[in-house]
Amino acid sequence: MLGLNKKDTSLLIIVGLLTLLAPFILNPFPEGSAMAQFNAGYPDLMQRFVIFGILAIGFNILFGLTGYLSFGHAAFLGVGSYSAVWMFKLLSYNIIPAIALSVVVAGLFSLLIGFVSLRRSGIYFSILTLAFAQMSFALAYSVLSNPKFNLTNGETGLQVYADDPQILQGANAPDLPHLFGLPMRATYTMDVGAWSFDFNAGYYLCAVIMMVVFYLSIRIFRSPFGMMLRAVKSNQQRMNYTGLNSKPYTLAAFVISGMYAGLAGGLMAAMDPLAGAERMQWTASGEVVLMTILGGTGTLIGPVLGAGFIKYFENIFSKINDNVLHGWFAFLPDGLEDAVVFLIHPFIGKGWHLTLGILFMLVVIYLPGGLVEGGQRLLNRLKRKKTGTDDAPSGKTEPAE
Amino acid sequence: MAILRVKDVSKRFGGLRALTDVNLNVEENTVHAIIGPNGAGKSTLLNCLVGKLMPDTGSVLFDNSSVLGLEPFQINQMGISRVFQTPEIFGELTVMENMLIPIFAMRDGAFRMHAYETIANEKAVVEQAEAMLEEMNMADKREMSAASLSRGDKRRLEIGMCLSQNPRLLLLDEPTAGMARADTNNTIDLLKQIKDERDITIAIIEHDMHVVFSLAERITVLAQGAPLVEDTPENIRGNPKVREAYLGEAA
Repeated sequence: MLGLNKKDTSLLIIVGLLTLLAPFILNPFPEGSAMAQFNAGYPDLMQRFVIFGILAIGFNILFGLTGYLSFGHAAFLGVGSYSAVWMFKLLSYNIIPAIALSVVVAGLFSLLIGFVSLRRSGIYFSILTLAFAQMSFALAYSVLSNPKFNLTNGETGLQVYADDPQILQGANAPDLPHLFGLPMRATYTMDVGAWSFDFNAGYYLCAVIMMVVFYLSIRIFRSPFGMMLRAVKSNQQRMNYTGLNSKPYTLAAFVISGMYAGLAGGLMAAMDPLAGAERMQWTASGEVVLMTILGGTGTLIGPVLGAGFIKYFENIFSKINDNVLHGWFAFLPDGLEDAVVFLIHPFIGKGWHLTLGILFMLVVIYLPGGLVEGGQRLLNRLKRKKTGTDDAPSGKTEPAE
Repeated sequence: MAILRVKDVSKRFGGLRALTDVNLNVEENTVHAIIGPNGAGKSTLLNCLVGKLMPDTGSVLFDNSSVLGLEPFQINQMGISRVFQTPEIFGELTVMENMLIPIFAMRDGAFRMHAYETIANEKAVVEQAEAMLEEMNMADKREMSAASLSRGDKRRLEIGMCLSQNPRLLLLDEPTAGMARADTNNTIDLLKQIKDERDITIAIIEHDMHVVFSLAERITVLAQGAPLVEDTPENIRGNPKVREAYLGEAA
């Protein structure tokens, strides 16, 4: 289907179904129950899942295929957000021009940064991209927000004010980001018994866009171009002596992934019309790297999984506080309860990064291929168990009982 | 006619004169070996031919056009393919993909953004790659990762990748270095077959005299960065100067 082989088509369909049904899947616990805090099916978080999914898919085209580790992708994310908000300010709250401009501007910006950074490879490339991203952050945070020339509105963040031109904003158009009149905040809530499911316009817009760019990334992975990118990672020397110029290949991959990041940034602004400089900080760049490695570098679905995993746990762990813990461990004797809560305390709330760090270490040490490898191992084990009980005795012989 | 002309090429590394006024003509459709003791400048010379090193003086003409100052990929596009001392292949890719890449490179040039095509639809390229794998007797290994091949198979694959581009000049840098006897003989047979079946010029740098004397039609002996003699294998074998420089006085 659509020029994909069977396996890729089924992957695409599965991902499509999962994103389509996400409001159900992510809300398995009834409203008001003790487990409801593990629900993730509310619009804001679901939007973040797919937006960071897009970011990670794009990052994986660069890092997964060519092996060039960029530490500056947050810069493209931020540039995308700023461009989108400027479109809101100047034209209208319609998200189409906003997203289009954020992709274009991020593409041009990544062309510039890539052209310079790709003169080096390995750690030097990473450091160059990091330097560029931090420079962009500094520019956005202070340099480009002086009264004479205010492009980013500095610390406050760029937002739409009542006296902005908005020349195309119609009289009846909603006063917040919308798609030809359909506000991104529009949410239809379906109540089924004790459950409540939210269907949000913004989420579904992001989800459709993610499916499109996910499809494009599969096409890139399977194309001759994608093969050349893997050749860059594998052996640049052989590539050069085979008559191929590796530089334009890496630059093309860099720009494509920069455009993905810009798209993600634009969507972020479309969901919430505000762009702040902190979006460009190096921790944000590091987060994408974590997502990709955690999910499985160079795999198709890995980055999406990694993005979902990190965003989910960020949300859940940061929501748990000491009161919740006391509630959980109330059955323990008082002294012991306090001790347990004291031990867990650093890992929750604001300390969720600690938990994430530990999870990341565990994955990198025991599952170098990320969550995808974990899934594959699990599948293999299940298969082996099945065949093992069915017929052939497997390697290990069980003593007869 | 000489397809490759090296004229007065010199190269210094600091105080070391790696090459001094090297002159060398490789005739079309011959197998030309360049031999010499360690440190004679064989590898430096080769690197000057493929764009890795820039000689200080002199000129290198391939088919009457200069290759100096060109990038390795540009020199390859002119029709020179290089086989490395340790096989340089795309280890993480499959054998088939290894074979596809040089064919794409020959068809599409140094860069093409074919991001929305599928490899399976490129029937002509796939067929060509399959034929080349067949010729190299590697068709049964097409889905293996190239890194998992044996040393001899890696060498075969690398030579196949170079040949798939129909180069006019094939440069081989010690193609049997570190190989077991059986693999060495296989490689010699393969090279003989290539030489017989194709219009191709082969320049080979080699330590192993067995390989040199089984293949070469002309031999240039380098010693201390300068050509000592150039002659047919028969004459080289009996040349006392060569014996002294190459094999040491005791021999």
